[in-house]
Amino acid sequence: MSAISRDQVAHLANLARIEMGDQELDLMAAELDVIVDAVASVAEAPIQDVPPTSHPIAMSNVLREDVVEEGLTSEEALMNAPDAEDGQFKVPAILNED
Amino acid sequence: MSRNELVQLSAAAAAAKLAAGEVSSEELTRAHLEHIASTEGEALDAADRSRGTSGLNSFLHVAQEEALATARGVDASRAAGDDLHPLAGVPVAVKDNIVTRGMPTTAASRMLEGWLSPYDATVVAKLREARMPILGKTNLDEFAMGSSTEHSAFGATRNPWDLDRIPGGSGGGSAAAVAAFQAPLALGSDTGGSIRQPAAVTGSVGVHPTYGSVSRYGAIAMASSLDQIGPHARTVRDAALLHEVLGGHDPRDATSLKDPVGPYAAQAAEGAAEGGLRGMRVGVVKELLDAEGIQAGVSQRFRESLEALRAAGAEVLEVSLPNLRYSLGAYYLIMSSEVSSNLAKYDGVRFGSRTLPEDGPVTIERVMAATRAAGFNPEAKRRIILGTYALSAGYYDQYYGAAQKVRTLVMRDFEQAFGQVDVLVSPTSPTTAFPVGEKVEDPLAMYLNDIATIPVNLAGVPAISVPGGLAPENGLPVGVQFVAPVREDARLYRAAAGLEAALEAEWGGPLLDRLPSTESLISARTEGAAK
Repeated sequence: MSAISRDQVAHLANLARIEMGDQELDLMAAELDVIVDAVASVAEAPIQDVPPTSHPIAMSNVLREDVVEEGLTSEEALMNAPDAEDGQFKVPAILNED
Repeated sequence: MSRNELVQLSAAAAAAKLAAGEVSSEELTRAHLEHIASTEGEALDAADRSRGTSGLNSFLHVAQEEALATARGVDASRAAGDDLHPLAGVPVAVKDNIVTRGMPTTAASRMLEGWLSPYDATVVAKLREARMPILGKTNLDEFAMGSSTEHSAFGATRNPWDLDRIPGGSGGGSAAAVAAFQAPLALGSDTGGSIRQPAAVTGSVGVHPTYGSVSRYGAIAMASSLDQIGPHARTVRDAALLHEVLGGHDPRDATSLKDPVGPYAAQAAEGAAEGGLRGMRVGVVKELLDAEGIQAGVSQRFRESLEALRAAGAEVLEVSLPNLRYSLGAYYLIMSSEVSSNLAKYDGVRFGSRTLPEDGPVTIERVMAATRAAGFNPEAKRRIILGTYALSAGYYDQYYGAAQKVRTLVMRDFEQAFGQVDVLVSPTSPTTAFPVGEKVEDPLAMYLNDIATIPVNLAGVPAISVPGGLAPENGLPVGVQFVAPVREDARLYRAAAGLEAALEAEWGGPLLDRLPSTESLISARTEGAAK
């Protein structure tokens, strides 16, 4: 019995923007099945009426003073860019050709 | 002093010798650099770094010139009579998922090969401020995801007790470096045990500080509600001294606590003194004592540690954390969900590698997908896909939502336990170091190794792993973990130093005195391979 189908993994891989071949999808589906089966036990815990915790030490509205600080220079921000032009990141076409 | 004598000094002993003018920082730093050179081994395949080396392979980058320049600067300042930090001139290594200016940071991933950070992590800035020479960047599982360091894109790190075994993970590089005397101190990061489990299986000390008590600014994020930076060392006192350098509030980290640094080293000294544990209530976690899959020798050494604690004056009680059995599932859901979000930025647009699709139109979406396919290893992809699944519409309540509620239950379990005892104790890892390759194809078996360490990350409480001896069946190190309530890191150091002192008195010296010579292990292995 397989809870996670290959098509489902293909959909998730597309959402996560990771190209995967047929073989990789099959392997990932089989592995995820085992892992999801193991982690699904969280639903069996006595969690009725228990509030969720997102963060071990609760904090809220952590703000700094609204003053100008020095950040990275444009050169520093671009120094690791795969492609840059005129002080900007350069990327391939955004829109599909077809 | 000989090279061997210099590298075997603890950080505290080295600092004392530096202050007394008995050795210079340059001599000390050079000794470590030479020892690194003779224990790292030769590349097994010069064209393919992922094959690793014939030796430890604990460093991804050695910063020889920079380390020596810092050391010479400290020596000159000392000669001039300047005020220096107590650890000034004592060398340190940094895990390669913590960013450093002027030397590479890869997180052991192809994705960041060649990337240079334009800024220093706060903890690195603190090391520089204390003027500790940075020896280099240590190996890890890619993006700190793994329990064996086998998931490094640049080859596995090896365990200095047995080069055919894993050094733990993800911080296997830092732990092996410290255990094998390549560095007296190292920085690590701990999301599910990545400092403590490597410390346990290499016979060294590793600390997960209270969540938020050490800045994470400049730590490459894996799972932000769980990640924490902390010290690796060979002694409890050394870990405490490094922790004092690293701790404190950082306005650049929004989760940073506004607490002052605690008296960690002073508490370690008190714990190690005669009767230092008198009156301390130590709780044995029942669920981890009889955990499934616990190795006989781990169990035996752990029970002997309990005897040593009793003999040192501690009161040992049994406590129960009934929801612990749900924590592994909750951890893998929360961690992978946060991973899927944190790793979304590696898309070949602003930094890191960019890979073009092999055929078809070159659109940005297809470039992102090809970049991520080429840049991430299978374990990173598995976690990203699992996290995407756990967060997706229709499954959220069942997985991520339920996991967050389990997190509350685990925190309540800890609170309840700390109503009865001062610290908790358990084995750090259910087994000693396993052979390289044994679990790499079985992700679930690998995950089970973290059963005792991950509840700590879910609750954000501080924890330490200290050596508990060698398992009789294979002669490999066993770790003992102490856990304290949030913000009680100082108490951890007291308990751990108490056990360390008691066990070392029994053994007649530190456990790492029994470590085989790494050079001999490398030549035996190289000769064996030639036959």
